[in-house]
Amino acid sequence: MNKPIPNSFRQGPDARGRFGPFGGRFVAETLMPLILEVEAAYEASKTDQAFQDEWRRLLTHYVGRPSPLWFAERLTAHLRKDAAPGMGAKVYFKRDELNHTGAHKINAVLGQILLAKKMGKTRIIAETGAGQHGVATATACALMDLPCVVYMGATDVERQQPNVFRMKLLGAQVVPVTSGAATLKDAMNEGLRDWVANVRDTYYCIGTVAGPHPYPAMVRDFQSVIGIEAKAQMQEAEGRLPDVLVAAVGGGSNAMGLFYPFLDDADVAMIGVEAAGRGLDSGEHAAALSRGRPGVLHGNRTYLLQDGDGQITEAHSISAGLDYPGVGPEHSWLHELGRVQYTGVTDDEALAAFQLCSKLEGIIPALEPAHALAEVLKMAPTMPADKIILMNLCGRGDKDIFTVAKHLGEKI
Amino acid sequence: MSRIAQKFAALKAEGRGALIPFLEAFDPDRETAMAILRGMPAAGADLIEIGVPFTDPMADGPTVQKAGQRGLKAGATVAGALGMVREFRQGDAATPIILMGYFNPILSYGVAKFCADAAAAGVDGLIVVDVPPEEADEIAPDATANGLDLIRLVAPTTGEDRLPKVLSATTGFVYYVAITGVTGTRSASTDDLAAAIPRIRKYTDLPIAIGFGVRTPQQAGEASRIADGAVVASALIDGMLASLDAEGRATPATVPAVLDRVRELAEAVRKG
Repeated sequence: MNKPIPNSFRQGPDARGRFGPFGGRFVAETLMPLILEVEAAYEASKTDQAFQDEWRRLLTHYVGRPSPLWFAERLTAHLRKDAAPGMGAKVYFKRDELNHTGAHKINAVLGQILLAKKMGKTRIIAETGAGQHGVATATACALMDLPCVVYMGATDVERQQPNVFRMKLLGAQVVPVTSGAATLKDAMNEGLRDWVANVRDTYYCIGTVAGPHPYPAMVRDFQSVIGIEAKAQMQEAEGRLPDVLVAAVGGGSNAMGLFYPFLDDADVAMIGVEAAGRGLDSGEHAAALSRGRPGVLHGNRTYLLQDGDGQITEAHSISAGLDYPGVGPEHSWLHELGRVQYTGVTDDEALAAFQLCSKLEGIIPALEPAHALAEVLKMAPTMPADKIILMNLCGRGDKDIFTVAKHLGEKI
Repeated sequence: MSRIAQKFAALKAEGRGALIPFLEAFDPDRETAMAILRGMPAAGADLIEIGVPFTDPMADGPTVQKAGQRGLKAGATVAGALGMVREFRQGDAATPIILMGYFNPILSYGVAKFCADAAAAGVDGLIVVDVPPEEADEIAPDATANGLDLIRLVAPTTGEDRLPKVLSATTGFVYYVAITGVTGTRSASTDDLAAAIPRIRKYTDLPIAIGFGVRTPQQAGEASRIADGAVVASALIDGMLASLDAEGRATPATVPAVLDRVRELAEAVRKG
């Protein structure tokens, strides 16, 4: 089948919030006026210099941006050891795990909370999976003196205790969600239900490039600071762009943030790594693009894990942040256009990468970017030594040490 | 004239509004749901709304969510819900049936095939909660081609600027979501409703039904007088729930528990 190739991959979304056939605004009428209000406020903020200056100020002095670009020299050398002569690409990390709160989530949260204030909203709600987005939202709300309610699947509350306590310390109310499978998708349902019930004063701070338009575009735009910085830093370090970008994809916000500024650089390949859980053919994974099909959930059309009757099926991943049966609609579009390749990494591969990175680089990654790293470990030895891989190390692993210890059979 | 239009015209001549009870397909099992559906017209249902279960019903409160989960566990599918309507139509050609659900199961079934099969089964109207006017072209052409009414939701948040857009494409009747919230949680006050309905009437001649938070016979009576009909869902499901055994299975008391409530509601709607 011949698909027309657009002359730019950076045109989406259109006026309906569509990326090709994906995206859109599939919400109940009660929310529709709110979504339009958010869209109008977001559009206005793009040209609001005071808004942009304040967001930049927070990124610099509160988050600690720009995050460094790190040449993972020991890891590169390690991978070259077993590679054929002349093989073994150079591996760089974009170190968004060094951000305040420990992940990339804070970039888009600060933008959204500033927007909420501008809209006159006085209460913030959010959903969270691994807890990183919840912590980021609770942090921004503490800083800006706004009440914050975070919906979190009861299963995730159990496996991400450190982040639950962090959110409480920051003054947020964490509501365990027991409906459905009690994970991220159910937390998002509960967030949407809360928003419907509190439309007048509440802003829903969505953590990923999903949800109804304008969220996928807005979160991507805020996260694009990652790719914009990386592009300049790579020019400075190597005098050229990287050959391959690699990032983990759950909902896909860190990946969109890194990829988007490079989408029209034809020589830069991109790999999105989904969670293959216990294996892509085990039925227990979170690989919506590799094993799902298009459908509508949480306000947008995108690839989803679903059964033959259109019922959403449960995702599985060792990483709570990737444990989502959908994916951002722009990823679905880039997948169908072939601009980004999507692949899967299993729980075990991610666990091995998690440990290797800790030992070789002195960086304990979150389980989410450990998936991206596992893919890097596979591909770097197959690429010539003068090639460059840039991976988004989008979160730190402090929150995961209990989960990892449990899997390794260690008591802490 | 469609079955829905005929029904509302007949009720107008009678000088009263409609009682529109809701049941979730296959809740708690197909046979019980079928018995409830069959018994509803005689108990006083003027139109009937059937919920098509979905795993992620974002506009529903806990009561309807759990009804959907029970339905799914009992094997509910889009085809299964259509099968219930087909069976119902063998004994009832007059009572309008409206399917209410979410878009993904319809999308998965195939929109064109769904609309054709629904019409053939005897469905009269559709409420697809997560398809607002902005996305209506996803389903409206197939619904229209098959003579199905596409019933739109109007919410308290729907401003004057949006009302013409929402209402211009609505057929059958208008579903007024009485509260900003999910199903089965709180109720709108009579004053709120008395203010909201005339606002909608300025833009449409279609009948208006009120749903979300209509629980008691008194509320149903009031809503049917302020507007043209009242939808009752969670209160009926709660009534059914009390009749189930410890394992959540139907008992001989289940069908009467629901139909008795329908009777009480119908009486209040008819009192005038």
